Amino acid sequence: MAVSETVAATPPAAAPTPPVPRRRRRGRNAAYWLYLLPGAALFLLVIGAPLLGTLYLSLTKWSGIGDPRWVGLDNYQQLLHDDVFWASFRNTVWMLVAMVVVPTVLGLLLAAVLFDVIGRRFKPRTAAALRAAFYLPQVLPVVVAGIVWGWILRPDGAFNSLLDAVGLGALRHDWLGDPGTALPAVMAVMIWVQIGYPVVVFMAALQRVDPELYEAAEVDGANWLHRFRAITLPQIRPETFVVALTCTIAALKVFGPIFALTRGGPDNATNVPSYFAYYTFFKKLQVGYGSAISMVLTLIIVVVAGIFIWMQARSERRDRGF
Amino acid sequence: MAVMLTPSAAPVKPARPVRDRHHRGVSRWVVLVLVLLGALVMLVPFAFMLLNAFKSPGDYSSSGPLSWPTEFYTKGLRTYWTTVNFPLKFWNSAIIAGSVAVLGVAVSLLNAYALGIGRVRGRLWIVGLFLLANMLPQEALIYPLYYVAKQVGLYNTQLSVIIIFTVIQSAFGTYLLASVMSTFPRSLLEAAALDGAGKWTVLWRVVFPNLRPTLAVLLIFFFIWTWNEFLIPLVMLIDNQTQTIPVALASLQGDRLMDAPTTNAGALISLVPAILFFLIFQRTLARGITAGAEK
Repeated sequence: MAVSETVAATPPAAAPTPPVPRRRRRGRNAAYWLYLLPGAALFLLVIGAPLLGTLYLSLTKWSGIGDPRWVGLDNYQQLLHDDVFWASFRNTVWMLVAMVVVPTVLGLLLAAVLFDVIGRRFKPRTAAALRAAFYLPQVLPVVVAGIVWGWILRPDGAFNSLLDAVGLGALRHDWLGDPGTALPAVMAVMIWVQIGYPVVVFMAALQRVDPELYEAAEVDGANWLHRFRAITLPQIRPETFVVALTCTIAALKVFGPIFALTRGGPDNATNVPSYFAYYTFFKKLQVGYGSAISMVLTLIIVVVAGIFIWMQARSERRDRGF
Repeated sequence: MAVMLTPSAAPVKPARPVRDRHHRGVSRWVVLVLVLLGALVMLVPFAFMLLNAFKSPGDYSSSGPLSWPTEFYTKGLRTYWTTVNFPLKFWNSAIIAGSVAVLGVAVSLLNAYALGIGRVRGRLWIVGLFLLANMLPQEALIYPLYYVAKQVGLYNTQLSVIIIFTVIQSAFGTYLLASVMSTFPRSLLEAAALDGAGKWTVLWRVVFPNLRPTLAVLLIFFFIWTWNEFLIPLVMLIDNQTQTIPVALASLQGDRLMDAPTTNAGALISLVPAILFFLIFQRTLARGITAGAEK
């Protein structure tokens, strides 16, 4: 990292020295725009134009056939009074818990334990095998994971049979069918799906940390928890940012598992904005309303991502100040 | 479980003041057992899947999901294989994910060359725009894409999905490669320029060979991400001829044909390509995740 930063710092330092070639440099750089051309054209076609299209449609009423009818901000006003809309965003907060908070904290702990305790005091291969076990659900297409879990959690599924087998048959339940337990059940599945990602990223990050730091701390008599807080956490902060940001975006956008597990039900107990928008578009054929939901979700994602990137930049600047 | 294990750890603790490492001789076993239990919980669903994929429906309904299969029943697997036409679905998934991986890397490379090495004006904003594009919810794009695809005859074709994901994946690839390329050794570029190499030659003769490992990682990421995508293929691909594996499996959900053993057999085969892929590229991936995380 240190090396790459010095390299990056070289060109700006060298640039201002000769005043004449400077103009030439700019002219030369203009030719690079050509390389951006195919990417930019595709980008406008597939992302820019459709995004503007959705924005326009969110201001209309349309069933997908005929001409959209302009209604201004009506759809957004209607959203504010729509209980399903609010329920779906409440559920998103729970998805953030299940897909960001728990996996990041648990993943940090697991990675530290696997790297520090298992990897060092047992064999590194044991740590690698355990890491693979935690990562395995990440390899499974998330919809397939949803389908398998949907079967496991069915009233006659494997989970209830397991409860019977260990003498807890009294707890048998229609886990996904009861509005009271559906959301916690979906959250548990999402933790299972998500946990491998932070574990793998954090374990890779820990390899980057200078082992001498730990040895010095150990000599000074710092226990494991001290070392974890004083060395591990600050050292792998960049990775923590990346994990938290990518998981947050994934949680805000979650669709496949909800589609496969519950289709937002029962009674909207597990509905999320993404599924709500899909359902409004393609099942209720209310394209304008669906577009409005999508635009609100987009706005939230842009704001959240902006906050993350701003925080990351600030913490990097603070680091450099030291 | 934890309660059961801790007491055994406490009394054995040696009283002698030894170095930390030896001191925790027993507690490290406690930690190992706890992590092993966690790993076991992670693997249980896979075990369920295996156990029930080879069970006959009769066996399943009489002895339930936990019993050991009385016979090695493969009809569920075969039913799924033929009704879904799995080889075709596999081919669809592979052709889509493969094309997106290659095209996505190519577009990312060109974009990043202009942004990271060409340092065109406003590059920070452009990179930010690409990054944002990758984060957008696909719902914000899907309806216009769906509508236009219908108008121009690309609806229900793999090409539509390939084009869309090439752009979405390359948005991330541009972000990653641009930051990697901004640290590219300038001396190499200048040496090539002194030798009279044009930009196109520099890209392919100097930049490309040096970035090959990063590009390989990006290729694998794009492949896996596209392989697992769901919403856009679900909307765009509506018939048996074009659907991908996840879409095919999801659209059979709740079908009378899909009894528990068939569902599990289907999930199991869908898992196999992904796991093979994972095993083959595990090393590259571990390296690549670090590369991605550092930037």
